[in-house]
Amino acid sequence: MAALLRVEHLTVALPTRRGYQKAVDDMSFTVEAGEVLGIAGESGSGKTMTALSLFGLLPSGAKVSGSIRLNEMELLGLGNRQLRTIRGRQIAMVSQDPTAALHPILTVGTLLTEHMRYHLGVSKEEAVERAKDLLDTVRIPDPARALHSYPGQFSGGMRQRIAIAVALAAEPRLLVADEPTTALDVTVQAGILRLLDRLCRERDMAVIVITHDLGVMSAIAQRVCVMYAGRLAEAGPTSELLARPRHPYTRGLLDALPRLPVSGGAGGRPPEASRARTGAPLVPIGGSPPSLGDVPAGCPFHPRCTYAVASCETDQPVPLLLDGQHLLACPPDPLAGAG
Amino acid sequence: MKKPLPLIGLAVIAAWAVVAIFAPLIAPDNPLGQKFAILAGPSGSHWFGTDELGRDVFSRVLFGARITLPLAVILVLAAMIIGAIIGAVAGYFGGWVDNALMRVADLVFAFPGIILALAVAAALGPQLRNAVIAVIVVSWPSYARLVRSLVLSARSAQYVVASRLLGSSSIRVLFTDIRPNAAGPVLVLAALDIGNAVLLLSGLSFLGLGAQPPTAEWGAMVAEGTQNFNDWWVGLFPGLAILTVVLAFNFIGDSLRDMLDPRTARAVRL
Amino acid sequence: MRRFLLRRLGTGLVLLVGITLVAFVVTHLVPGDPAAANLGQRAIGDPAAVQAFRHQYGLDRPLPLQYLIYLGDLLRGNLGISEQSHRPVVDDLNDFVPATIELALFAIVLSLLIGVGLGIVAAIYRDRWLDQVIRVFTLLGVSMPIFWIALVAFFVVFFKLGWLPGGGRLDPTQTAPAHLTGLYTVDAALHGQWALFGSALKHLVLPGLVLAVYTVGMLTRFTRASMLEIMGNDYVRAARLKGLPEHVVVLKHVLRPALVSIITVAGVAFANLLSGTVLVEEIFAWPGVGQYAYKSAINLDLPAIMGVSLFVALVYIVLNLIVDLLYGVIDPRIRLS
Repeated sequence: MAALLRVEHLTVALPTRRGYQKAVDDMSFTVEAGEVLGIAGESGSGKTMTALSLFGLLPSGAKVSGSIRLNEMELLGLGNRQLRTIRGRQIAMVSQDPTAALHPILTVGTLLTEHMRYHLGVSKEEAVERAKDLLDTVRIPDPARALHSYPGQFSGGMRQRIAIAVALAAEPRLLVADEPTTALDVTVQAGILRLLDRLCRERDMAVIVITHDLGVMSAIAQRVCVMYAGRLAEAGPTSELLARPRHPYTRGLLDALPRLPVSGGAGGRPPEASRARTGAPLVPIGGSPPSLGDVPAGCPFHPRCTYAVASCETDQPVPLLLDGQHLLACPPDPLAGAG
Repeated sequence: MKKPLPLIGLAVIAAWAVVAIFAPLIAPDNPLGQKFAILAGPSGSHWFGTDELGRDVFSRVLFGARITLPLAVILVLAAMIIGAIIGAVAGYFGGWVDNALMRVADLVFAFPGIILALAVAAALGPQLRNAVIAVIVVSWPSYARLVRSLVLSARSAQYVVASRLLGSSSIRVLFTDIRPNAAGPVLVLAALDIGNAVLLLSGLSFLGLGAQPPTAEWGAMVAEGTQNFNDWWVGLFPGLAILTVVLAFNFIGDSLRDMLDPRTARAVRL
Repeated sequence: MRRFLLRRLGTGLVLLVGITLVAFVVTHLVPGDPAAANLGQRAIGDPAAVQAFRHQYGLDRPLPLQYLIYLGDLLRGNLGISEQSHRPVVDDLNDFVPATIELALFAIVLSLLIGVGLGIVAAIYRDRWLDQVIRVFTLLGVSMPIFWIALVAFFVVFFKLGWLPGGGRLDPTQTAPAHLTGLYTVDAALHGQWALFGSALKHLVLPGLVLAVYTVGMLTRFTRASMLEIMGNDYVRAARLKGLPEHVVVLKHVLRPALVSIITVAGVAFANLLSGTVLVEEIFAWPGVGQYAYKSAINLDLPAIMGVSLFVALVYIVLNLIVDLLYGVIDPRIRLS
C-alpha cells in the first residue's frame, strides 16, 4: 500500500547570526494510513521543525530541500494558496500547549466551524451539527453548551480534547500531535492518548506523535523515529526499538528513564523489556544536546557517546537498514547483539 | 547600516548642542538687534529672512537653541527626580502613603497636559520660568507610576529581601539595590519624554505664557509667524527647529525602547 | 460586569471632586490677582473698586468656605458667572462644547481609520520598506508641534491654494442649522440642508486633520506594536495551521485581541485631542472650549477655568466608562471574570 506521507531527505536550514544552520538534516520517514508514528527526541532535536515543514509554515527565511509527498503529491515548492487547501484539510496539527493554541476570545464553536466551512463548504447549520458530533467524539460533556463557551472556561485536559476536535474538524488524513500530553497532568495524559489511539483506528487516520517522552511512545506508537540534532538516529517498530535499542543515544534515553513495570499499550512492548532495569540506578547521558549551529562534525552524538570510535568524529552516519524495518545511523553498531 | 535612525538622532542633537553652546560665535547677527529691513524674505545675507521688528531670523533660531535645549533637559530631569522619589516612596512604604500619593498622581495624569499646564502657567504669571514649572507639574506622574511599579516588583525580589535581612536600612536598600534596576526603564521614559517637554514648552510660549518678548524662543517665534501670514519664513523656520529636535529625541527614545522590548521580535511571517 | 462599571463610576466621581479641588487650589493659591486681571487699570488706582470686586465674588471669604460654596453651587447646576462674557459659565459652555465635540469626534474618527489601518499594514509588512516608511511618517507626526502644523496647513491649503476654508465653522454668510445637537454637520443632515452640511464638513477638514496628525502617529505605532505582539502567539499560528486565508487570520485572530489595547490608546488619544484643541481652535477661529479655556486662563477668569476643568474631567470619566464597556464587548475574558 502506498504510504500516505513520504518524507525523503528533508533538510531545513534556519538563518541565525552565524549564517544558515541546519535544524533538520536529511530526515526520511514514511507514515501509512491508520498507523501511529512516533518521532522522539529532546527539545532542539528538530522535531517541531520537521512537523512545521509538512505545513509549509517555517519561520521566514528558512531554506528547505528534499521531498515531502502526501498521497504522492509533492508539497515542497507549492505556493501558499495551494498549501492553504492542504493545511487543516489534509494535514492538521495539535500543538503542545492547548491553552496557548486555542484563541482566547473566540468561542469553541467558532474555532471548530470556521475552517470546517472554509474547507468543506458546509452550511452553518450543518457545521454546528458536525461540531457537536466532534465534541462528543472527544468526550466533551454538553456539547451544545460547550459551543458557546470559551476555551478559558475548560480545564487543561478538556482544552486539549477541544484542540484535537478542532484539528479533526476538516477531516484530515494525517494528524500531527506535537507533545500532546506534555502540558497536562499525568492522570489526564492517559485519557488523551487513548483518545488519539481510538481516533486513529476509527477514522483510518495517520497520526504522527512528536514527543520526548518514551513512555508515550510505548503506549501509542507502532513505529518510532529517534532524532538527534536534526538527524535520524534510529527508526523501527516501537517494541523492538525500546526492547533492543541499537543506537547509543536511544540506549542512553532508555537508561535515563525510571523503570516501572508497565503493561503493554498499543505499541505492544513485550513484558521482558521491563525486567532488566527496575531498581538499577538512573544513568543520564553526560553533556547536553547541541544547540543550533553548534552541531559537532561527523556523528552529532559522538562527544556524548560512550562507544565512540575515531571514525565517529569525521564520518556522518547514514541510516542503514538492519533487518525488516529497523533503520540505524551508527556504522560501528556497538549495541548489536545486546539485550 | 542597519539602524541609522538613532544615530541620526544623536547627530542632530549633538549638532544643536554645538549650536546652543556656540551661538554667540556662530550667529551672524544679534538676535535682539532690530536694525534690518522689516519682513524681508530669505536672502544671501539673511538665510531665514527678517521678522517684523527687523531682526535676523536665522540668528534668533540659533539663539533659540540656548533656551529650548537646556530647559527641556532640566525640566525632564526635575520631573524624573521628583516623580522617582514620589514613586519610590509610594511603592516602598505602601499603605495609605501609597494610596494618597498615587491618587494625586492619577489626578494630575487625568488632566490633558496642556490644559493643566495652561492653568498653572497662567496662574503663576506669564514667564518662561513658570512655564517650565508648569510642564514639570504635568510630567512627574508618569515617572512616579513607573518607579512605583518597578519598586513594587523589586521589593519582593530575593536580593532585596536578603539585603533587608542583613540589616540594611530602607533608604540604603532603595539606593543600592533597587535603583540600578529601575534606572533603565526610567531613562527610556525620560528620553521619550524630552520631545514632549519641548512641544509643551514651546506650545506654552506660543500661547504667550512662556518666554516673553523679546526673548528669541522658538514657540514664541512661531506665534509671531501667525501675525504675519504672508511672510511665511517668520514662523516656518522656528517650527522646523522644534521639529528636528523633537524628531531626533524621538528617534533615540524609540530605538532605546525597541532594544529593551523583545516581544515584538517574536512574530512569525509566512 | 455591572459591579465593575459601578466601581469605575464611583472612582470617576471621586476623580471629579478631586479635580474641582485641584482646579480650585491652583487658581486660588496664586500670586496673580483676579481682581487686577479683570479690572485692569482701575484696579491699580482704586482700592475701593478692588474691595468691591473681591466682595462681590466672595474672594474675601476664607478659602475652605469658598470651596464649599462653590461645590454647593455646582450641585445646583450653577457654575458661576464668567468674568469675560458676564454670562453664566453654563451658558458659555453650552455654546462652546458642541463645537469642540464635533471637531474632536471628526478628528478621532479620522485618526482611528487612518491610524489603525496604517498600523495593520505596518504589522503585516513588518520590517519591509513599507513598514519603514510608515514608521518615519508616524515619528514625524508625533514630533511636529501642532501649532506649527496648523500654521503651515493654514498657509498652504487656505492662504495659497484656497482649497479649504481657513476658519470658523461655516461661511460668514451662512446661518447655523436649527439646534438639535449643536453639531452643525449632524443638525444640517437631520434637517436635510445638504449644502449647509457640505459647508460645515469642509470647515471641519483642515482643523480636524491638523488635530489628527499626532493621534494618527500614536495610533499607528500602537496598533503595529499590539498586532506584532499578538502575531507571535501560538493561537495565531494555529489559525494558519488550519488553512485559513491570511486576511481572516489578520482581521479575526489578530486584530480583535489587539483592539483591547488599541481602544485604551484611543481613549488616551481622545484626551490628547482635547488638549490639542486649545491651540488649533485659536488658529482656525473655532468657537470651542479650547479657545474658551485659553482666554479664561489668560484673564484668570476663575469660574470659567473651573467650569472648563469640570467639563474636561467629565469627558475623561465618560470616556473611561465607554472604554471599559468596549473592553467587555471585545474580550469575553473580562466580561466573565
